[in-house]
Amino acid sequence: MGFLSRLFSRKKPSKEVAKERLQLVLSHDRMDIPPGVLEPLKDDLIRVISDYMEIDESGIDVRFNNQDSEEGRSLVASIPVVRMRRERTR
Amino acid sequence: MGETLVITSGKGGVGKTTAVANIGAALASRGYCVALVDADIGLRNLDVVLGLENRIVYDLVDVVDGFCRLKQALIKDKRHDGLYLLPAAQTKDKTAVNPEQMKRICNQLKEINVSDEAGGAKYFDYIIVDSPAGIEQGFKNAVSGADRAFIITTPEVSAVRDADRIIGLLEAEELPDPQLIINRIRPGMVRTGDMMDIEDIVSILAIRLLGVVPEDDAIVVATNRGEPVIENSGCTAGQAFTNMARRIIGEEVPLMNLDVKESLFARLGSFLGLRQR
Ligand SMILES: Nc1ncnc2c1ncn2[C@@H]1O[C@H](COP(=O)(O)OP(=O)(O)O)[C@@H](O)[C@H]1O
Ligand SMILES: [Mg+2]
Repeated sequence: MGFLSRLFSRKKPSKEVAKERLQLVLSHDRMDIPPGVLEPLKDDLIRVISDYMEIDESGIDVRFNNQDSEEGRSLVASIPVVRMRRERTR
Repeated sequence: MGETLVITSGKGGVGKTTAVANIGAALASRGYCVALVDADIGLRNLDVVLGLENRIVYDLVDVVDGFCRLKQALIKDKRHDGLYLLPAAQTKDKTAVNPEQMKRICNQLKEINVSDEAGGAKYFDYIIVDSPAGIEQGFKNAVSGADRAFIITTPEVSAVRDADRIIGLLEAEELPDPQLIINRIRPGMVRTGDMMDIEDIVSILAIRLLGVVPEDDAIVVATNRGEPVIENSGCTAGQAFTNMARRIIGEEVPLMNLDVKESLFARLGSFLGLRQR
């Protein structure tokens, strides 16, 4: 697209569009957490939360939701609570 | 002791084979002894780009399977003293070799004496591996023996995205700090804002830059003839590959100004028969 036609069409230069699309797609690609990261994260969550409440470890579900929202992806953890602890164990 | 380099990309058709042939030829013209390894098993290309397709007797898979010795499979380049090709097999697939075996070949190449003279000694200074496209076993094979990695991309969204993926995978393969080659830049389009420029791509990928190659018809012509473009010293792509070879051996070479060719002064210069550089 020539200089003059851009002046009249007032369109963004296509390289700016390319950059924006690339940055968005990469922010998603890079968020892909390998399974080797999620498992230890789950173990750490169990450890920390168990200080405050008794939980059903077999029912735990930790994942990244794949729905794209404004802020990008989010980490969603569903942790069944059996009962609260009166005092912290640590 | 020699060093093994790999040129890889994720996306196909972005210039890996062209870069391997030309950087290899440029290193050889500077007096280094270089082995080019075609790791694209089943889709061999490096032999035709170098014009050596009629000389192949044995290939990489023959070496791995023990049908021949490594030295028997190495083909001497026609034009450059010290440049050799280890061709890929054409009729097998990527699973014919595993990363362990590939690593062994790269290590053997570092130790082999390729001197023709009795009692003479000549060892490879550089081994350059041409990687297939993709992220599967062919990629893993290609990078398994490497000491340094180079990622090549074109200034397009899809190619840069794949390059980003490869950077992550190289980290997992313990090849951190790869360097970037940007190929097929068209200065005219960059100037009008219709192509991402060097700075855009480098800042998005956040890795070091080895060099930039312009889109150049001379590459098509050279590939037709089966010879590297660095022969053609007047062409900018050839100059770009020579500059990259010099950076690989540790020289400080500034990026060339790709706009120069189209500036009024240069146009005038070439009109008068003057040549830049
Ligand atoms: N800078 C360039 N200018 C013009 N053509 C190029 C350039 N780089 C590569 N090509 C052409 O692009 C095609 C793909 O290049 P190739 O090196 O085979 O890519 P890959 O090995 O990554 O698949 C070839 O036809 C090659 O001649
Ligand atoms: Mg190739």
